[in-house]
Amino acid sequence: MRNYLLKRLAQTIPVLFGISVLVFSMLHLAPGDPADLLLGPDATPEAVAELRSDMGLDRPLVVQYGAWAGRILQGDFGRSVVLNRAVLPEILKRFKNTAILTAGALVFAVIFGIGIGILAAVFHQTAFDSTAMLVALAGLSMPTFFTGIAGILIFAMGMQVLPSSGMYPARGGDFFDLLRHLVMPAITLGAVSAAILARMTRSAMLEVIQQDFIRTARAKGVSERGVVWVHALRNAAITIVTVLGMQIGYLLGGSVITEAVFSWPGLGQMMVRAIQARDYPTVQGGVLLIAMSFVFINLAVDLIYAWIDPRIRYS
Amino acid sequence: MTVLATPQPTISASETGTETVPLLEVENLSTEFATHAGTLRAVDGVSMSMTAGEVLGIVGESGSGKSVTALSILGLIRAPGRVSGGSIRFQNHGELLTKSASEMRKIRGDMISMIFQEPMTSLNPVFRVGWQIAEALRLHRNMSKAEATERAAELLERVGIASPRKRVSEFPHQLSGGMRQRVMIAMAMACAPKLLLADEPTTALDVTVQAQILDLMVQLKEEDGAAVMLITHDLGVIAEMAQKVAVMYAGVVMEEADVGELFDEPLHPYTQGLLNSIPRGHSRGSALKAIPGIVPNLLHLPTGCRFRDRCPAAHAPCGKAEPPLQRMPDSARKVRCWLHHPEPPK
Repeated sequence: MRNYLLKRLAQTIPVLFGISVLVFSMLHLAPGDPADLLLGPDATPEAVAELRSDMGLDRPLVVQYGAWAGRILQGDFGRSVVLNRAVLPEILKRFKNTAILTAGALVFAVIFGIGIGILAAVFHQTAFDSTAMLVALAGLSMPTFFTGIAGILIFAMGMQVLPSSGMYPARGGDFFDLLRHLVMPAITLGAVSAAILARMTRSAMLEVIQQDFIRTARAKGVSERGVVWVHALRNAAITIVTVLGMQIGYLLGGSVITEAVFSWPGLGQMMVRAIQARDYPTVQGGVLLIAMSFVFINLAVDLIYAWIDPRIRYS
Repeated sequence: MTVLATPQPTISASETGTETVPLLEVENLSTEFATHAGTLRAVDGVSMSMTAGEVLGIVGESGSGKSVTALSILGLIRAPGRVSGGSIRFQNHGELLTKSASEMRKIRGDMISMIFQEPMTSLNPVFRVGWQIAEALRLHRNMSKAEATERAAELLERVGIASPRKRVSEFPHQLSGGMRQRVMIAMAMACAPKLLLADEPTTALDVTVQAQILDLMVQLKEEDGAAVMLITHDLGVIAEMAQKVAVMYAGVVMEEADVGELFDEPLHPYTQGLLNSIPRGHSRGSALKAIPGIVPNLLHLPTGCRFRDRCPAAHAPCGKAEPPLQRMPDSARKVRCWLHHPEPPK
């Protein structure tokens, strides 16, 4: 297991390097010269040249990358052109909010998706199964902005039981206020993942239930509950964790629309604004942070994999 | 409990009561499967009985209903299948078919256990083999985890696995096919069952390993006094282990006899065909006689005798009605064939 962990950790290094190169290139691949864009159409060529030299844009790309990567490693993500503040604390604050939203969506998706998937497999070809799969299909087909707006219309404006936007009331609030604010965005964001998880869990469970070792467990006198929740689920978990890992990535990246609908002060919203304002340091920092969390989530998924499936651990 | 009885061979089995009460009595058992094309009767009125410590061999081609019979006894037939009729009485537990799910769970793995054909897929890949053996003990003997794991190691040792204390914490994929089947046997024997259903326990193994596994089963059976229902299509295995044989074909028992009688003088043309199709030393050089044709589709059985289409001795009565399983005069053997029936239909 330790060897596996070390091997897997080592594999993240080239991936992180690749990501950093891509993020760095964003600045240069985007049309237009950053200095030109920053100073506007009326700037004199001298001013542009001076800014280019200030920003280091006149040096060779490799040198620029080296200097940039060196600063990143020291935690210096540059200054936001728009806010004129250090980028890192800003994106970390926003990233925390996005992480809260993602975690909420994930909890919803795991509990409902996996739970309903297992029950649908256990009650295969019953009314519960077909209803659950129909609802899951509906959940899959509904775009986030529609579910979000429908939720606001029903629960915030109609029934007035849940707040429609933000993370806290205007006067500030505690943890429970946060939870109240989190319910709708989390469900909105997690609905599609819950639906995917439900369908995948169901099919994984149905496949595992057919296996010979399930018959062995039954022949041993294991109860149906033990068969489903111990013998089958642990095997189906291999599929479920794979899907879950992909869903976390999707939730992190897909939170932009949900954040916009519910005015959730997350990284997604900040990134949209930064892109519009061509605030490159912020965009780079944000993309880098999301990409890195993606890499580490995948690492975590692989480790969970190995923990569930000994065939991975020992090969 | 048997300490007193074993050193005194003068006490006959009937005096101790083991002989008089059959361990297992299956009567007229029918098991059906609902398919899109119709209801398929995989087991069609099978009767058999076993006494304690006895080895009953069940032979037949694939699809003859051998495995389904065993799964029916264990109550493991699942939808779309169901046991549609008959009776299965087990020792002093009475009728098994009317038992509730939880009552059957107490019997499974404790009184009756089963070994399956495929050791590669019959063990759960994500649990340690020790845990899987220990599970039976925790379920039926209320052992703690530590006790059960310790006992699992002892069981592994008993089935001939070297360094059992290391092996308990290994996973199935780390073991060879033969070792996995030993683990399956250890699991099945964990609670010292009265009846072991062995469904083709050696079919998937190498020939050398097959012999070892059979020896192991004989040894454990003698030590524990378990009765074994040995399901196989390998008559050699039957000759070596069984006392009684039931020959199954298309869901019914065609012939039932003591193993010696059956091999010396097979009565049913199907049994004769099976015996002729095994290679023997003295028939070297001559072609093996395979039974022509294939097992009939259970949805479209021929009228009359279901072996009629493939039978070299088929004659007029065979198409008229299905022969009953007829007891032969002056013998315990039974055969389902008009050739051996006193009054075949005209």
